[in-house]
This record gives sequence, C-alpha cells and structure tokens, in this order.
Amino acid sequence: MTAAVTPVGTNAEALAADSRRERRRAFFLTSPAALLIAVVVFVPVGWLFWLSLFDPEGALTAENYTRMLGSPAYVKTFKTTFEVSFVVTAVCVLIGYPLAYLLSQLPARAANVCMVFVLLPFWTSLLVRTYAWLVLLQRKGLINTWLIDLGVIEQPLRLVHNFTGTVIGMVHILLPFLVLPLYAAMRSIDRDLIRAAANLGSSPVGAFWRVFFPLSLPGLFAGVVLVFVLCLGFYVTPALLGGGRVQMWAMRIESSVNLYANWGAASALGVVLLIVTLVLLWALNKLFGLERVFSGR
Amino acid sequence: MAERRSLPITISGVTKTYGALKALDDVSIDIASGEFLTLLGPSGSGKTTLLMVLAGFVRPDHGSVRFGDEEMITTPPHRRGVGMVFQNYALFPHMNVFANVAYPLRLRGVARPEMEERVGKALDLVQLGELGHRGVHQLSGGQRQRVALARAIVFEPRILLMDEPLSALDKKLREQMQIEIKHLHHQLDMTIVYVTHDQREALTMSDRVAVIDAGRFAQVDGPRRLYERPRTRFVADFIGESSFLPVRVSEGAVRLGGDVLRLSEAPWSQAERQILVLRPEKLEIVPDRGATDANCLRGTVSDLIFQGESVLVYVRLAGGEQIAVRSPSRRETLAAVPEVGQPVHVALDPEDAIVVPEDP
Repeated sequence: MTAAVTPVGTNAEALAADSRRERRRAFFLTSPAALLIAVVVFVPVGWLFWLSLFDPEGALTAENYTRMLGSPAYVKTFKTTFEVSFVVTAVCVLIGYPLAYLLSQLPARAANVCMVFVLLPFWTSLLVRTYAWLVLLQRKGLINTWLIDLGVIEQPLRLVHNFTGTVIGMVHILLPFLVLPLYAAMRSIDRDLIRAAANLGSSPVGAFWRVFFPLSLPGLFAGVVLVFVLCLGFYVTPALLGGGRVQMWAMRIESSVNLYANWGAASALGVVLLIVTLVLLWALNKLFGLERVFSGR
Repeated sequence: MAERRSLPITISGVTKTYGALKALDDVSIDIASGEFLTLLGPSGSGKTTLLMVLAGFVRPDHGSVRFGDEEMITTPPHRRGVGMVFQNYALFPHMNVFANVAYPLRLRGVARPEMEERVGKALDLVQLGELGHRGVHQLSGGQRQRVALARAIVFEPRILLMDEPLSALDKKLREQMQIEIKHLHHQLDMTIVYVTHDQREALTMSDRVAVIDAGRFAQVDGPRRLYERPRTRFVADFIGESSFLPVRVSEGAVRLGGDVLRLSEAPWSQAERQILVLRPEKLEIVPDRGATDANCLRGTVSDLIFQGESVLVYVRLAGGEQIAVRSPSRRETLAAVPEVGQPVHVALDPEDAIVVPEDP
C-alpha cells in the first residue's frame, strides 16, 4: 500500500506513474465544469459584492448597507419576506406531509402514477400557473362565482392581490420541492420497523408517532430547507398575486434597478439575501446535519 | 417455572390466496405448549406467510388461529402479545440498544427501575450486557441479531415467532447462535415457531419440523424421524442428500438389476411406482458381500471427490444408475477407498432402506 510513496519493488514506479496519469485525466475531465461554475457563479457574485460598495455617482460608500437598517420600508420588506416564507413553508408541510405519507404507503405502481400528478406543475411554466391562479382567485373568478352560486357566501372573498393570494400561489409552486425529498425518505423506511413496533405492542397511531414520524424527519427537514430558501428569493408569484401589497425582497431589488437605477442598492440587497440564506443553511446544518438530511438517512 | 406460562397454538384450516396463487392451502397443526416447531421449506412455499398470519400481519381468507383457548384470527398485531424476531432484525435505527429493548416495556407502562432491571437481564441473557448505550448502526450483524432477540423476549411473551433470524449471518456465527437459541428455549418458557429454509438448522434446533411445500404441510415429524423416514420424494430431497432409484416392491423386498434389497418394514404407500432413497452416509463400501449381513448392491467406482471431512465415492450400478457413497476421511477408511474403475459392493442396512411413492 505504501508502494506509491517509495518506488521500490516490482512495477512500483510504473504503478505510481499510472496513478498520477489517472488523477491528471480526472482533473482534465472536470475542468470544463469547474471553469463554468467559476464564470457563472463566483465572478458575478464577486462583481455584485463590488458594485454594492458604490453609490450612483461612483463613490465608495457603505450607505447601501446602512440604509437597510435605518429605513422602515426596508425593514418591512425584510419582515414580509420572512412572514411569507414561514407561512408558505408551514402550509406546504401541512399539505405535503399527509400527501407524501399517502404516496409512500401506496403500492409502487400506484405511487408512480400519483407522483406524475405531483410533478405536473414542474412541467408547466411558472408564469402560466401564476396567471391561472389569477383567473381562479380574482373577485369575479371561478372560485368566487361558484361559492356565490352555491350560496356559501354572499360577498366575494378577497383571495388575490394580497397576502392570501401570494401564499396560495407559492404553495402550489413549491409543494413538489417538499414532497419529493420527504417521499424518498418515507419510501426508504423499512416496513418491518412498523410491523416490529406493532408486534411489540404499539397501536397503529403509536407506531406512527414513535417510529415512522421520527424516521421521516430528515426528509422533512430537507424539504423544509428547500422550500424556505426558495421562498426567500421568490419574485414572479408575489409580484403578480400580491397586487403590490406584498413587498418581497426580490421585488425590492427589481425596483431598485428598474425604478431608481441604483445598482449599488440592488447589489447590496442581493448580497444580504445571499448571506442570510447561507447563514440559515449553516445554522440548519449545525442543528440537524444537512449532509445527513440530503443523503436521506 | 412452577406453572407453565407458554401457550399451545392451534391452527386449523388456514387458507390464503394471492390472486391465483395459493400461499396457504387449508393448513392445520397443533403446536404444544413449550414446543420448538420449525416451518421448513423452499422460498415461496408459504412458511413466512403462515408466520405472518400468526403475528397478525397477514389476514387469511379463512381459518382459525388459537393461542391457548383464545381465538386470535381477528386480533390486531399489537394485542396478540407474541414476541417476534424479524429476518432483517427491524431494530429502530433512531434508538440505542437500551431504548430498543425497553420499547415493549415502555408501552406496557413498566416503571423505570424495573425497566432497567429487565432490559439488563435480557441483554445479559444474549451476552450484550455492556452495550445498552450503543447506537444500532455501531453493532455487528451478530450483535444486532442478539438485540432483536432480547427485544422479542424482554416482555416475556408466551409465544415467540422467528422469521429466518440467522440467514444474514456467516456460517460459524449461525451455528453458534443456533445452539444459543436452543439453550434459551430451555431456559425461557415459550412456545417457539421458527421459519427457515436451512434443513440443517431445522434439524439442529427443533422438537418438530413441519416441511411445507406449495402452501401445504408435506410432513410434520421430529428431526430424526423426518430424516430417516421421509414420506415423500420432496421431503427426502429437501432434507439431506440422496440418490433416487425408481424400483418395484414385492414381498417386502426391492429388486434392482440382479440385486435384491430386503426392507425392514413395508412401504407406507401402496403405489405401484416407488422410489428407493439412498443416503450417501448410510451406505458403505465393503470388500465382498460375504463379509456383511446387510443388503448389497454391485457396481463400479466412477468418480472420487475429496471433501475434507469425507470422501464422496460415485458408484455406477449394473443397471447404469449412479449413486453416491460417503466415506469418512479417517486414516483407515481413507486407505480402504477403492480406485476409479474398480468393481465394488455397496452395503445398506435394511433399517436404512427408505422407499417413498413416486410423486403423482
């Protein structure tokens, strides 16, 4: 085993050279991908960071960051973003957990068919789906018309151009991101474990809470992290369904550029969003061990 | 153990079909209190299905399962109170060894001090006394097996079910665990139903073995009787090695080529077409037929295979059939093994002559 270090013995030198060649080949094969990542990720992020340090006149300043703390508008955006993300994630868990559980208990063939329906939203444009919700939810939309025709309500409900509409649209779009890792984790739970729990005296409900639920938690955390982080940067759906009443982080970035042409302010917002996301991932990793979460164990 | 705690099991008329497949076909058996019964059969024979019916995980189409005097057939698994060891152990990965073994006690509301004492005792019994704090993933296969066993017996169930519990272990460990489980059975007052496809394991451990084939019992007997008096070709073939020769029986004897073999008892079946079952280790190469009172077959050595503890001698009989003779590799018997091509006599005690009916 130490032959590669000290080239002695039969063929030791040839084997060491062979090993070096293999590593060189691996390096050449991965270099295009590494180069691409560098160009499309690290260079723009670095540039973003650089831009955030200048004011519109091109002078070096920290104003772009200090403004975020001082201005109530910024603080409100910050709060809204986290509120929306939190509510959307919670609703996704409430809908997604029972759904994933049902799928995981179905026979494999039936589960695959149902999975297609869960994945369907993935194959439709985000913009189309958001406009579709607008048609369904607006004052004289399908849902309100039906409810009034059925006599359930007399006045149309305010379902869109507000917080509710934003949450409905975002839950619809983000649900698969929760269901997929959760379903994978649930599928990998050995059914004999549930049988063992029953055999040892657990009622079906007891077996679920004591054995199934704890074992599904890594999948649930993976889904929650995905949904929450995607929420933080959401733009199209809150912009269309929020009706201007729901100011999310990404929308503030957009208005900084398009409305005020202030690239420094926009960049600073982007940098902060990136840092908040990274800190969040780091904290979750500390708490639950993300490498374990994403490996589904 | 003043009074018997273990319960007898009465299974009658249990049938389970999956589509067109009959996994269990009208199965009935009485298992005595404290008995070690093994369900032995090839994969797909229905042995695991029957065990799952006993545990309550498979609902049969009809039939009755009684523990003692109590009908259990519609009782849910968690109210049956039977211990079970699963094939892949089914230890809870999110709990350590102690929590796994304590699980059934916690559900039964056992107080902490008593729980610790009983878990400790159960772990001692399977020789894992020191490992309570370990995680399940830190254990070797053999240790997991023992934890699963401790968890199944810690709440002192009166019936213990075991589903191929040793199949994942290597040969040495498996044989050691067989002996340990057998000792545990004597120590603990439990009725054990054990599932395996390993015929040697079944013979080693059981009071009785139920050989199961295509959802039916082919034969239920003690290990020795099962081995020495198989009732069908399937049982004879599944348990032990054998050569099979089609023969006709008349006047308490078997005629094979020019040789006549006496039988100690008449075949149980009156079938016209019968099969002579020859176990290699029950046969002996003898110098000539005058030297023994036993039956003799004449033939020529066609092949020799050295297998370590024994030598397998293949003999071609006058009629062209080939049989195997096992000769232990002691120095003197090894020296007496003939060479290939040499004519030999093969002796068989009438007591060891097995005749079964040809399968219809």
